[in-house]
This record gives sequence, structure tokens and C-alpha cells, in this order.
Amino acid sequence: MHCVTLESTYGVPTASVHTHVFERAVRMVAFAKGMPRQRFVFVPQPVMGKSPAELRAYADGIDPVTDRPVMTEVIDALTKPLTDEDTKRVSFERSTPRFVEPDSEDALQQRFLDNNWTDKLPIVLPTRERVDAMLHGTSREPDEVVGRMRPTNHREAWEFTVEKVAVNAVMAGARPEYLPVILAMAASGVTARPSTTSSSAAMAVVNGPIRGEIGMNWGTGALGPYNHANATIGRAYSLLSQNGQGGSEPGKTYLGSMGNAYGYSSVTFAEHEERSPWEPFHVQQGFKREDSVVSLFSGVRGTAYTLGVRERYWRQHVQNLLRGIDPHGGKPTFVLDPITARLFMERGGFDTAAKFLDWACEIATLPAGVFWDYQLVQNYTLPPALNGVEPYATWLKAKDDEMTPMWRRKDFQVLVVGGETNGYWRIFGGGYSKSVSVDDWR
Amino acid sequence: MVAVATGTQVEVYNPMGYPPKIEQLGMAPRLDTLEGKTVYLVDARFDDGDILMQQMAAWFHDNMPSVKTVVARKSGIHGEDDPNLWAEIKAKADACILGVGH
Repeated sequence: MHCVTLESTYGVPTASVHTHVFERAVRMVAFAKGMPRQRFVFVPQPVMGKSPAELRAYADGIDPVTDRPVMTEVIDALTKPLTDEDTKRVSFERSTPRFVEPDSEDALQQRFLDNNWTDKLPIVLPTRERVDAMLHGTSREPDEVVGRMRPTNHREAWEFTVEKVAVNAVMAGARPEYLPVILAMAASGVTARPSTTSSSAAMAVVNGPIRGEIGMNWGTGALGPYNHANATIGRAYSLLSQNGQGGSEPGKTYLGSMGNAYGYSSVTFAEHEERSPWEPFHVQQGFKREDSVVSLFSGVRGTAYTLGVRERYWRQHVQNLLRGIDPHGGKPTFVLDPITARLFMERGGFDTAAKFLDWACEIATLPAGVFWDYQLVQNYTLPPALNGVEPYATWLKAKDDEMTPMWRRKDFQVLVVGGETNGYWRIFGGGYSKSVSVDDWR
Repeated sequence: MVAVATGTQVEVYNPMGYPPKIEQLGMAPRLDTLEGKTVYLVDARFDDGDILMQQMAAWFHDNMPSVKTVVARKSGIHGEDDPNLWAEIKAKADACILGVGH
């Protein structure tokens, strides 16, 4: 919130212009940032794609929130005298009660639903007995702080304890033996409930001995919905994210235009290490094979898929799938059935995952003019390129008809999962965030 | 798992995390008027906000020509701080309009 900075740090009176669909969200952010009476002006949604004449009509038109002329609101925001309420500097604590007021089971189910504490499916009520039982799944103390999350970078981060994670794990229907995985996911700080308008979800892959110890699935149907551990661990991570970060409510703390069904489970599965031709994912990230690790991916929005690795045109087929993904937001994560992973190894001689990804990065190209015209590239890749950040600054030098990379090499990942019922494979548009030791949370 | 009988009063945990303390910040003093003043219109680099800022500057040109407008683009992506630009505004402008935020 740059306006808060300009007002409070630089002493510059500022009018903050937003589209009207963000009204509740920006007021919440201003409150949390310490400027609850910040002065906003609203124009209709959308701004994107409108011509200069259409946006001039916005300036000449009416603020859809206040029904007053937009430019009158701008002038008032900058000239209307401040009140005592505007200038006072106070601080106050906020807290969350440990318990909910006792009630019947049906009433509590309704209250959790009304408070947006669920994913709109029934939950297991987190009673003392159930949470106590869940806490037996870890040696950590209930009041230990696990981490912090926020729906987006400009929001304030909320904090949560082992007990809070256990509460959400109970709600998701998880078992105590799953808790170390869920705690590790929570400790990552990677939210499964980002507020982005792009409706992104998270993805989680578990490696190491914990997979078998708790009965996770890495074979047929691993990505869901056919395994209790996969399903409830992913749901617990999702619920913990929305509640631990202070909410995920449409219009306030969630702005995803379309939503994302991946958010129910956060695409949680185990890697099929035994049938992969390559090192397990966690070993690629520097862990030992005998370590138990969960790895988080974020920005998961879309999936491209096909069958097989055909002898004649397999390279073009991969390139076509890559070009179907947004070149900024959709950082490519290949999810391959073991049959396909071995076929790629045979076709291309990729005896390591790194060699496969090196090749994928080389063929993922677009004409520069097309690449730089993508809206997300304009929003997120062009600004650092203009600031000299590499490799984007170099990519920006290409002429419109020259081919330019779509992503950096480090944006590519590959996971192997599936029951070998056929050689299907996918590319998830979602980037790797981090890996966290599960053993540390046992 | 312990069953919970429907109709009986049960006590359950609140699943929400703990919010940080809020320190309220003071707002900048307002101007008596914009007439004769310099106003920066800053594109926050989200979608086509630059065009809207240009059109708001055009509105001032047509309706309040004594207002000097400067259209600027914030450096970096929309959420990234730009202290150089903020310092420039502090030094050269009387007020700022910033958009399109989200």
C-alpha cells in the first residue's frame, strides 16, 4: 500500500484510486496497515483493456461506491481538512479467543460455515478431546509458534501455533499420524489460500519414508480423491492457510475471479520414487533419500496434458504444451506417470531429471513480441527487466520476431507420480516454493 | 475419535490465527486547494493503470488548467516499494494520485 507510505513517511497527501470490486479489500488492508481513514477513490472495473477514451469516461464519470463524480472525490481526498480521527496515532492489540462459545453440534457447524472457517463442506468439530488426540501426533508443545502466513505480500502476516494447526487438522478429518506433515506445510509460510485475482492454488508433494508410514498414495489415483491421507492432509493445509492467515473471504481476503477447485485438497500427493527413473524430488533439492520432506508449489492455476511420448514429433508436442501456459504465472511443473518419465529418458537420453528440464527450458520459447505482450509479463516481468534485472533485461533486447525464453531454468520442475495404468502426463502451471523437513515436526 | 451428540452443548476451539498489533499512522496534512499546485499521477503498474492516470491528467488540463500534472510510472512490480520516486514526489509535488491499486 504505497499510499500509506506516501502519507505517513513522506507527508504527501494522496488519493488512492482503485476499481470498485476491491473496495472491501483495500479498506481492510488500510485498517491493518494503520491508516483506517485513508482516502480512496473508485472507478468501475475493469481498467484493463479499456481504450484511452473509455478511461477518460471513467475520469469524467461517477465513483460507483459513493455515486459522486470521480474527480470531485479525487479533489476532496487531497483538500478536505483532516479530522482528529485522521491524525491520531494510537496502537491497539488484536486477539483471537482460544475457544468458541459452547453450542450444539448443528449450531456450531453453522457458525463455522457462517464465519467462513471452512471450505463450505462439513468439518469435524475441533473439540478438546479431538484436538488433544491430534496433538499426540507431534512432540512439539501446543503453544509453540509454527509460522506465519498472509494472503498476499501487501497484507499483514498472522501467526499460528501447533495447537492452531492441530485444530485445523481435526476439522479436515486428518489423523494424528499425519500431523508432522501438516505442521511442516504450515511452517513453510506458503499459503494455500492466496488472494490473487488469478485464482491460484497450491500443490504439495511428499517424499521419503513418511509416505508409507501414514499410508499416502503415489500410485493409481494419487492426485485424488482416492486416499485418506492425501485428501485430509491437503485439506488440513488448505484450512490452516485460510484460518491461520486471518481469512480467505471473497471480496475481502480473496479476490480470485473464478476460484479454483484445486483449493479443496491443494493437490497433495506422494511421489512415486520407486518407479521413477530419476532421483526423488526432495533429493534433487538437497535432502537425503531417507529424509521425510514435503515440498510446496504455489500459483497452481492450470494444467495441460497429453498421452505418450511419440517417436516422430514428441519434441514439438512438449513445446506445444509449454506454449499453452502463461509465460509469467504458469511456471511449468511436469507431473509424469512413471511410464512417461521412462519414455522421456529413452527418447531424449535424459538420464537425470536436470537434463530433462535443461532441454525443456531450451525449447520453451516464444517470439519476443508475443512474449512481452502478455498481460502478466507486462505486469510482472517487464518492470524488473526495465530495472536491469537479469535475465529479463537481456530478453528485453530481442527484436519482436526473435525467439525469447518463456521462463528461467530454475522455474522448471518435474515430479513422478501415478499407477502406470497409461502413459499420461501433465504440465501444471505452478512454481516450486520450498521444501520443509517433516522429521523436524514429528 | 470421540463422538459429539447432537443437541448437547460442546466446546470447540477457534481455528483462526493471531493477528499482529496495529499501530495507527498519521495522515499527511491536506491542501487548501489544488489550484496552482503540482500533482503527481503515479501508475502503480497494474494492468492498464498508466492509461487511466494519463486520462486523469487530461481531465485536470481541461478542467483545472492551473494544476501542473506529472504522470510517472512506479519502478518495479505493483507491490514493490519505490523510495526514489516517493522522495521525488516529496521534493517536487504538493499531492499525489496513485492508481490503479488492488
